[in-house]
Amino acid sequence: MQPNAQTHVDLSEAETIRRPMRVLIIEDDREAATWLIKGLAESGHVADHAGDGEEGLGLALEGRHDALIVDRMLPKLDGLDIIRKIRDAGVKTPVLILSALADVDERVKGLRAGGDDYLGKPYSFSELLARVEGLGRRKADQPQATKLRAADLEIDLLTRNVTRMGRPILLQPREFKLLEYLVRNAGHIVTRTMLLENVWDYHFDPQTNVIDVHMSRLRSKIDKGFDEPILQTVRGAGYMIRAS
Amino acid sequence: MRANFKLLQTSTFRLAALYLVLFAISVGALLAYVYWNTAVLLERQTDETIRAEVQGLADFYRLRGLPGILYTIQRRSSAETGSIYLLTDSTKKRVAGNLDSFPAEAATEEDWIEFPIVVRRGDTPERHVARAYHANLTGGYELVVGRDVEALRQFAAIIRRTLFWALAIAMVLGLGGGLLMSRNFLRRVDAITAASRSIMGGNMADRMPVSGTNDELDRLALALNAMLDQIGRLMAGLQEVSSNVAHDLKTPLTRVKARVEGALRSGLKKEYRAALEKTVEESDRLLQTFNALLSIARAEAGQSRSALEAVDARTILADVAELYEPMAEEQGGRLRIDAPEELPVLADRQLLAQAINNLIDNALKYGAKSGEAPEIAVSGKAVDNKVIISVADHGDGIPEAERARVIERFVRLDQSRTRPGNGLGLSLVAGVMKLHGGELTLEDNHPGLQAKLILPLHRSGS
Repeated sequence: MQPNAQTHVDLSEAETIRRPMRVLIIEDDREAATWLIKGLAESGHVADHAGDGEEGLGLALEGRHDALIVDRMLPKLDGLDIIRKIRDAGVKTPVLILSALADVDERVKGLRAGGDDYLGKPYSFSELLARVEGLGRRKADQPQATKLRAADLEIDLLTRNVTRMGRPILLQPREFKLLEYLVRNAGHIVTRTMLLENVWDYHFDPQTNVIDVHMSRLRSKIDKGFDEPILQTVRGAGYMIRAS
Repeated sequence: MRANFKLLQTSTFRLAALYLVLFAISVGALLAYVYWNTAVLLERQTDETIRAEVQGLADFYRLRGLPGILYTIQRRSSAETGSIYLLTDSTKKRVAGNLDSFPAEAATEEDWIEFPIVVRRGDTPERHVARAYHANLTGGYELVVGRDVEALRQFAAIIRRTLFWALAIAMVLGLGGGLLMSRNFLRRVDAITAASRSIMGGNMADRMPVSGTNDELDRLALALNAMLDQIGRLMAGLQEVSSNVAHDLKTPLTRVKARVEGALRSGLKKEYRAALEKTVEESDRLLQTFNALLSIARAEAGQSRSALEAVDARTILADVAELYEPMAEEQGGRLRIDAPEELPVLADRQLLAQAINNLIDNALKYGAKSGEAPEIAVSGKAVDNKVIISVADHGDGIPEAERARVIERFVRLDQSRTRPGNGLGLSLVAGVMKLHGGELTLEDNHPGLQAKLILPLHRSGS
């Protein structure tokens, strides 16, 4: 158990689960790629870089990466074509598409081509990191599980019962969905945009931080009366449920 | 010369020429009918009279012999009727009648003959045409009965001449009228072409000439003018938007620049950090503004109309209301939702959700008088062929004069701009409604504002 766990932490203090990933970045903007490689390295990951579509396709087909970050508009071979080709070749590496074309129609196109997630440019690094790490986990997911656990919290997906240290917690349907998503990503930061997309299925910015109000309600239900807060707000990044 | 060629190429001229031909044919047919019923008929009647007379005289001769026919011919010849009689013996010598000699044109067989005669009218002799029938009687006698047909022939000639000139005049008038008509048409088309060139040349205030006759060309000109007015309005709007964009982007950039420069001057690590954090914050806001502008532009251009699908607006409404409910309660207020029935619409789920989101967001920001808690009523109902989604609050509302203006981009009634927002929320809602063939109306809620989204009801299978 974590002694003195806090409700609000900085990114550097967040007790995230570190599982080093090998990421391939296919991006023709050299400076943007450099920043990405640096950022990923600081977060404990290893990144390879391809500057054009053909080189990127060659490296991606080797299939030795945990995740791909693919820009859409690339010299020689378009980002969506790369994804189609590697999927045709049976490579299942999860792909995050980066693009300046960020509206819903383009997003749908990207996901149809075989992408797993879509992030509009410009993006914040913490958003990108949270999503890439999320993709790495997706591979290891066990969808058959009917019970999810994070620290002393347990969720039964069949009966929809939530207990913490054996004490039942009553949640509204939306709160349950919210908690389920957080627990599935326990030990990892999820951003507000990720919550909006995955819990509400909204791909727009609601301007106001409505998510924060929902999170504070959820916190009052799962953390009130317990010594150690399990739900943490990571400043400048998002939220995290402690894994242990 | 070129103008004439151009004239020949116009559709009006071709049409006029076609009409002219049809016109000439009908005038010709009419005149032929008149000719047939006068000149030809009169001539035929004359022939029949002559034939009857020949028959009658022959009968006389057969029944009463020579004296009978002589008496009749003498009696009839003496009357000045224009009738011609001649009875000759076998040596072609005149026995009776008013014709001096046997006409040379007559053959030995019985037949119609025409020959010149001289008629004395007072002192002047006139040459006339006579038409007669020449019959052989028994005993070598020959009978010629005829009429002076000069008047008849002249009448026919007059009619023929009249017909010819009538036709000629009709042709000339038709041709002239057609040319005049097409030249007039051409002039107006040229005027419209000239106006378009002038507008393309940059004189955006120019308009197509309208003659006031409300014909096809006028209607075309009016439609083009209406289009130009609309384009003009859009351009003016665009100009205003561009200057507003420039202003609304300049302000935060100026702030960022000042803060960064201040931090650099101070040289303190703490200041650096604060300045960078503020810079990230401001950039996020700028990006939000850009994204909102892009969304509005996309919705207004109607690009994603193909993405519309049949959805139940009630679900979308309930979802967004649920998203905001805790926030209203946090502020001590309430958000009530009343949507008892299904609300079938053809919509882009994301955009419609965003539009409702913006209305509720506005209601939470501006929907309460200062010091009071927000009371927001969200409702949805189907009326006739419309789905009406309403978001009502009890705030200060929007003065009637300002309601049209607040929909424009970057317009904010909060002049001090102390409350968060970019002045794009309602513009996006209006753009989304336009894309959906619906409309956004703002009404007085006594007190407060009632914003309504009015969408066409979508019946499945229709």
